[in-house]
Amino acid sequence: MDFGGINPVILIATLMASAVPILLAALGETVVERAGVLNLGVEGMMVIGALGGFIVAVHSGSPLLGFLGGAVAGALLSLIFAALTQVFLANQVATGLALTLFGLGVSSLGGQGYNGIKPPATGQLLPDALAKLPVVGPIVFGHDWVVYFSIFMTAALWWVLKATRIGLIIRAVGESHEAAHALGYKVNRIRLMCIAFGGAMAGIGGAYLSLIRVPQWVDGITAGAGWIALAIVVFASWKPWRVLLGAWLFGGITVLQLNLQVAGSGIPVEYLSMAPYLITILVLVIMSAGRRGKANGAPASLGQNFHASR
Amino acid sequence: MLRLEKRPTPSRFWLYATPPVAVILTMLAGGILFAAMGKNPFEVIRTIFWDPLFGPFAFYLRGQLLVKAGPLILIAIGLALGFRAGIWNIGAEGQYIMGAIFGASVGLAVFPTESRWIFPVMTLAGAFGGWVWAMIPAILKTKFNTNEILVSLMLVYVAQTILAKAATGFLKNPEGMGFPGSRNFSGYPAAQNAYLYEPLGLHWGGVAALVTAVLAYVLLTRHQAGFQIRLAGQAPRAARFHGVNPVRLVVLCMGISGALAGLAGLFEVAGPAGQITIDFNTGYGFTAIIVAFLGRLNPLGIVLAGFLMALTYVGGEMAATSLGLPTAAIQVFQGMLLFFLLAVDVLTNYRFRLAVGAH
Repeated sequence: MDFGGINPVILIATLMASAVPILLAALGETVVERAGVLNLGVEGMMVIGALGGFIVAVHSGSPLLGFLGGAVAGALLSLIFAALTQVFLANQVATGLALTLFGLGVSSLGGQGYNGIKPPATGQLLPDALAKLPVVGPIVFGHDWVVYFSIFMTAALWWVLKATRIGLIIRAVGESHEAAHALGYKVNRIRLMCIAFGGAMAGIGGAYLSLIRVPQWVDGITAGAGWIALAIVVFASWKPWRVLLGAWLFGGITVLQLNLQVAGSGIPVEYLSMAPYLITILVLVIMSAGRRGKANGAPASLGQNFHASR
Repeated sequence: MLRLEKRPTPSRFWLYATPPVAVILTMLAGGILFAAMGKNPFEVIRTIFWDPLFGPFAFYLRGQLLVKAGPLILIAIGLALGFRAGIWNIGAEGQYIMGAIFGASVGLAVFPTESRWIFPVMTLAGAFGGWVWAMIPAILKTKFNTNEILVSLMLVYVAQTILAKAATGFLKNPEGMGFPGSRNFSGYPAAQNAYLYEPLGLHWGGVAALVTAVLAYVLLTRHQAGFQIRLAGQAPRAARFHGVNPVRLVVLCMGISGALAGLAGLFEVAGPAGQITIDFNTGYGFTAIIVAFLGRLNPLGIVLAGFLMALTYVGGEMAATSLGLPTAAIQVFQGMLLFFLLAVDVLTNYRFRLAVGAH
């Protein structure tokens, strides 16, 4: 059952995998933004996670340790952002941009000598008997553990944000930091922890690129994935399940354009490879149009620093 | 325990002291980084900051300073106008590329005609290219309330794809024996952005940068539009009551910064770079963000900051050739500079107080 040389079952299975990096990064950023912090450094944290994960995996021989290393690397870089915005009260937009520039620089410095090495492989999680089933096999059972982890995290964050005390505190801090402070919550400390969580998630997302998707170290491996993750958070109105939907949509577009390139559809390669970016813009326009002002679901304190001085 | 306390009014001393302090802190942290990489930190710092100005090759390198500083200053001034008004154009890199492609296309279309009008028209086309590319996020923001940060950034990736297509396709040199890249403007005097005074590295881009700095300073301090830009950034509510039209402000700020970035791209491609290649853009559009903040979003400060950043580029290249320092180390160094600047900046609006006992 092929459509123009593209098998829909394989397409769905691949898009789930190709969406993992932006999905994880966007989920992390969702928590950060729900806490009222706009961290534009996702791209930088992802690329550092990609390098950190790659280095740890190559030296330890264990992809699992690699992902852990990616999470730690992303979280460490995000702590620079946390220190600057939460302790030194620096502008969040400028600091996030600096984080991206710095992360790209550090990764290309630290990645020298790692080009052309193969990382240890990550296999599929479930036995072959399940994965070989028709249709449901590749789509439901044929993935590596990170794909399942990303879906699990979507559900977990949805539940935490919606139904737990921690989620309530995070949302309170993001909607009205003054009120949260008056209730006795340490606004900046809570935000700091959310930022570190976001950094770890972006780091795992980056590590997925260098360990499974590509899989090798390439300078600037993220190629804008971090920025697409930021756009998906807006697209999803800061809701985890919609983040999943958005990430799969973009994963689908990316896979489709790659497939079309291979299939030789007659559309020039250059126009296909700009499609993900153009469609991101288009979706942003559709999501933002008609929702002027406060009603777009953005946390009310988004991007504002808090200092208990008044 | 140290405690932060908000100052009643921003400190004028720290407003001006922040950049030098940040530079010194960056040199210290950078020195540690270079030492960790097994280089002599004093030698590296001297190579980057001293040798281009006073070292044995300074007669040549001093000229390179303005060559690098010109585009940085030109782009950063445009960005600073927007940043002051709270309009975040992050996609200057894309506008720079589009300016270069538009301008170069005009020049290459009339090759090999000789006329004194070719270069001026190319300049206009370059500014127009950057302006058009910046108008996309501006119009989407004003019509649909779309986030200009994300849109302008996405357009950088689109512009890079168009650049690749230009270098290998529609602007490719027909006599280039199949190599990617356009005709070289150094062989086409009517369209070339030649040096006006070579020892200083002065070409039309440098002239434009310095003139723009003065014009922008006058705009911000003496003109109604400049007042509105500053008001919209510092007190958005007051700006609305004052009658500032937010739509016009977005279009104005994005338009100016796009046109300036496009100009910078055209001057670069017709001058120092010489031709459209896949990677002729060297990240000036992103580094200019650092320059804008380092210059305190003030046009005259940006001129100083542009030269300082150019120093790290020129010195960094020196350190790369003579000491084997990876060029990525300079990128890290520039990122650290912005971090320290943002951190020290807290002293402008806050002061540290020793908290005595429980309060």
